[in-house]
Parts: sequence; structure tokens; C-alpha cells
Amino acid sequence: MSVASASLDHDGRSGGALNADALRADARRESHGTLALLSPGLLLVFAVIIVPIGWLFWLSLFDETGQLSASNYARFFEQASYIKTFVTTFKVAFVVTGACVLFGYPLAYMLSQLPRRAAGVCLIFVILPFWTSVLVRTYAWLVILQRKGLVNTWLMDLGVISQPLPLANNFAGVVIGMTHIMLPFLVLPLYASMKSIDTDCLRAAMNLGASPSATFRQIFLPLSLPGLASGVVIVFVLCLGFFVTPALMGGGKVIMWAMRMEQTTSLYSNWGAGAALGVVLLAVTLALLGLFHRLLGARATGVWSRR
Amino acid sequence: MLLSVAQSALPIGISGIEKRFGGLSVLHDLGLDVAAGEFLTLLGPSGSGKTTLLMILAGFVRANAGSIKVGGEEIITMPPHKRNIGMVFQNYALFPHMNVFHNIAFPLKQRRVPAAETAERVERALELVQLKGLGQRRVDQLSGGQRQRVALARAIVFEPRIVLMDEPLSALDKSLREHMQIELRNLHRRLGMTTVYVTHDQREAITMSDRIAVMNAGRIEQIDQPEVLYARPRTKFVAGFIGESSFIPVECRNGGVWHEGGKLRMKDPMPSAGRHLMVVRPEKLRVIAGEPAGDVNTLPATVGDVIYQGDSFVCYATLKDGRQVILRDYCRSDVLARLPSPGEPITLGIDAQDVVLVAHQ
Repeated sequence: MSVASASLDHDGRSGGALNADALRADARRESHGTLALLSPGLLLVFAVIIVPIGWLFWLSLFDETGQLSASNYARFFEQASYIKTFVTTFKVAFVVTGACVLFGYPLAYMLSQLPRRAAGVCLIFVILPFWTSVLVRTYAWLVILQRKGLVNTWLMDLGVISQPLPLANNFAGVVIGMTHIMLPFLVLPLYASMKSIDTDCLRAAMNLGASPSATFRQIFLPLSLPGLASGVVIVFVLCLGFFVTPALMGGGKVIMWAMRMEQTTSLYSNWGAGAALGVVLLAVTLALLGLFHRLLGARATGVWSRR
Repeated sequence: MLLSVAQSALPIGISGIEKRFGGLSVLHDLGLDVAAGEFLTLLGPSGSGKTTLLMILAGFVRANAGSIKVGGEEIITMPPHKRNIGMVFQNYALFPHMNVFHNIAFPLKQRRVPAAETAERVERALELVQLKGLGQRRVDQLSGGQRQRVALARAIVFEPRIVLMDEPLSALDKSLREHMQIELRNLHRRLGMTTVYVTHDQREAITMSDRIAVMNAGRIEQIDQPEVLYARPRTKFVAGFIGESSFIPVECRNGGVWHEGGKLRMKDPMPSAGRHLMVVRPEKLRVIAGEPAGDVNTLPATVGDVIYQGDSFVCYATLKDGRQVILRDYCRSDVLARLPSPGEPITLGIDAQDVVLVAHQ
């Protein structure tokens, strides 16, 4: 380009290089056009995300009497019940994510190894729960797991146990119900990343002397990690804000963050305190995403990717 | 140690290989012997079964029947990781999460080679494929040709008994491919490992191989040295697949071979009675001016298109029976001076020693 413009200058054209002004104007027009096309989307994001979050933040700064204060945030450090809720939320999120990895990895692996058609059918079974209401699925688990539910009745009839197992209305119930709901969020990205692993890489590893288990450990597992990481991030973040299942399966004994927010606003009508809970949850979630991004790279969180 | 592969090169004896995918039979009673240290190419169109045979050799595909012996040892049921066969894949199959060094060290790691020796051997393998100093590069920072070299280094660093290559150069551009052909051939001469190479590119096969096995529809049509394969094809398929050929129908009867009422002069022994095809290579034909001299067959023809190609020209000529033959000659000035012109009647000549007959199919 510089060569062309330099040689054109010798022709004595005014205004520097040939058509430079017209080309610059054209580039400006194009970027304005792009901005115009983006504006409806940007306006929507502003109206339904930026404004409400700003409002939420604003609300959290006032106490019950309408005075500007930090009391809504001070409560997190002063009241033990808040800290307990915080710890419970993270505990549930950790255990559910762990359970999803435990069940989801072998499931995704099996799906990725099946022939195309069989994998398609099995994937439908994985996705099927997505199409059913969370509420319906949670009540179904209550029917199965409660004191006189299917599991306890069968186990007692078979004589395996004499007392019903405490499977519902406690921590175990919350974990079982949530794992079921979260599993597809882990399996789908994991399956996609396993499917994209080049089978020739696995063949090459075996050809070079790696046993099937060494091939799995040294090639397949590392190559599936980005998919696993993004599944883990999705599940963990969704768990932090989950409401329906812990509310129904926890029997009032497992109080998670979102339940606390609901109580604060509907029971005590304390919008300032509820808003503060929301702001803290948002901040913690963003901080976690940032941490995951740091630890696992852009592929896991899907943000700020620079490919 | 590396560079001493020649001593451990082993012969391969393949016999009675059968392979069916579903109801479709892709290899039929296939047998093949590869000498120790030989560079043998499986050449054929796609679907001829050459890649399937390579996969069976590597152990990735299970045959329905047959035997593969490496240095006398049966390996047909041996799992791939115990076969000690190096393989270069078509798409390289480098491990994307490892750098160049770790890719090449991978087979040594599996064999629990001590770290110091591993470093030394990887270094020498890198040197061998002219990638010295690139050990710490990520795989995605390499060009196609460099990836190819890494794949090659990885396949030979553990001194395998046999090296298999599945169209390793097909993803490279033409000039790099031709360069790598020479390099691969030289590397083979230096290391002397038994090599089975798969390609559909006849020129590549001719350039590189000690012997070529031409495959068609799950069978080996002919296996010979490149020059024999080219000069003396035994079937119409081989004659058509390797090099350009025109086919002229001839008939063998009364102790002679006849074309259009004229008796052919030929050096090869007489084939069985019946219809045959004469294989005519473009460069074996020439234009005859005046009386033919020596042991030569003449074919009257009419010139069609004459195409100038820089170093050579190609002339399409039509014989009396309407059949088209191709003539090629280099553009020496004496040839250029009397280039045939379209529509001109000419006499084509082919020497008796260049007459090759194949069965009429």
C-alpha cells in the first residue's frame, strides 16, 4: 500500500495519496452503520440489565427508614445466620458440582464413544429433563425420596433397612434434586469438547506405545479439560443462585442465598437488605468467574476470548 | 540409539488378509511381502483398500482373517501399543496440548526412557528433521511442513521396527511436497527402516519407492519396482493409473499380433490368442518423416490439438479407427521447427521394444 501511494504522489495528485480522503470517509460511514445496527441490542441491554442492577445497587444503600447507610452490608458480618447461609450456599454448590462431575464425566465419555445414531438417542434422554418444569421434577424427587417414598418403601420391603433413610427435607435431598437438574449443563459442553478430540490423536498415542489407560490419562483427559471446566463453571454459578429445589427439598433446614433474598423481601419487606444480598451474590459470582478465567483460561468461561 | 535403525529393520509378511465392513468386502485374500529396510508404497485410488490395510498393520482396525508377521512373529492380534510400529498420520495427529519436545518425547516416556537420554534422543531427532531449536514451540505455532517434520520425528525417535505413513504429504503445497519427498527418501536411506507408505499420487510413489504395490478394489494388481511398473504394466488398470496411456486394441492369432491388418513387431513373448490392448505411452510415440528405419511399427493418423506446455508439447492424434492417442515430446529446437499442425496427416512410430500388451477387459 505504501509503495502504491508513494508512486502515486509522483503524479502530482493533491491531498496526498490517491482517494485517501474518500476511503477514510467510507471507513467512517461503515463504522457508523455498524453502530446503528448494534443500537437496538445495546438499548435493550441497557434497559433490562444495566438499569435494574444500578437500581438494585441504589436500593441496597438505604435502610428501613429510608436513610442512606451501610447497615445492609454490615449485617453480613454481624449476623451469624447470614454467614451460615453463605457457607451453606457454597457447600451445596461444591457438593452438587462434584456430584455432577462424578456422574457427568463417564456419561459424556460414553456418549462421545457411541456411534452417531445411538449417541443422538442418548443425548435426547440427557436433554429431556430440560423440557420439563423444574418444579415438576423437584416434586417427583420428593415422591421418590420422602420417608414413605418409593426408595424407602422398597428398601424396607426388601429388608435392607429397618428405619427409613433421611433422603428428603435435608441436605442430601437438596443435593440429589439439584444434581439431577444441573447434570445436563455439565454434560453438554463436556460432550462437545470430547467430540472435538481428534481420534487420530488417540490412535497416535497408542501407536507410540501408550496403553489404553495411559492414552486416556495423557491425551483424552487433558484435551477434555476445557469442556469440563466450562461445565463446572456453569453448574457452580447456577447453583449459587438456585431457589426452587433447595426450597422444596430442603424442608426449611437448608437455607440458600436466593431463599434468604426471598424471605427478606416478601416476609420482612426489607427491600434494602434483599437488594444488598443480590449485590453480594452478583459480586461473588463475577469474582468467581474472574478466578476461573484466571485459573483455567478463556476457553472455560467463554468470555474475553482472544482467538 | 538413533541412527542405528537399519540393524533392527525387520521384514513384514502379510498373507490372507480379509476385511469386510458390514456386508462390504474391502480386502480380499491380500498377501504382500515387504523386505527388511524396504520402502514399499501402496498406491491406489480412494476406496482401493490401501488405508484399511495400513490401519490393520498398525492395529487400529481388526481384520476378519489373515496373518501379519514381523520378523517371523505373528502380530495380527497384538494391541497397537505393543506393536512397536511408528506411524505418520495424514493430518499429523500431533498432541495439541504438548509442545514439540513433549510430542517427540511421548513414545520415549511410554517406554520409561530416563530423562537425560530422552532429552538427547529428542534433540537428535529434531536435528534429523531439521527442526533444531524448536523444541519449546507450541504445535499451533508451526507451519504445515514443520508439523509434518515433528510427526516424522515422533514416529522414528523410538527406533520402531517398521514405519507406516498414511498420505503424509497430501496436506502440503506442491513445492514443499516435492521437497519433502526427497527428504523422506534420504532419511529412509540413512536410517533404513522398513517403510510402508500410502499414497494416491503416482508421481510421489515413483519418486520415493523401492517397490510399489498398485491396489484396486481390495486387491493388489501388480507389485514391482517403479521402472518395471511403468515400462511393463501387467493390467490395463496399472497402465492407466501409472502415467498416461492410450490403448489400441490388437488381436493375437496365427502366431502374430495384428492391428488393422498389419502385423506388429514386438520384442515381448507372444501372449495367448485373442483380443489384447497395446499400451502406448505418450513419450514412446514419435512422428516419422519418410521411410521408417529399424524395428518400428507405424500408425497413420491425423493431428488434432497441439498443446504447447513450455518444456514440452502434447499432440492429440486420431488413428484411422477414430481412436485418439497422445504424443509428447520435449521442445528441442529441431522438434519445434517441425511441430505438427492441426489437421495434418502424419505417421506415428513406436519401437518394437516399447510394445506392451495387456489383457482386454
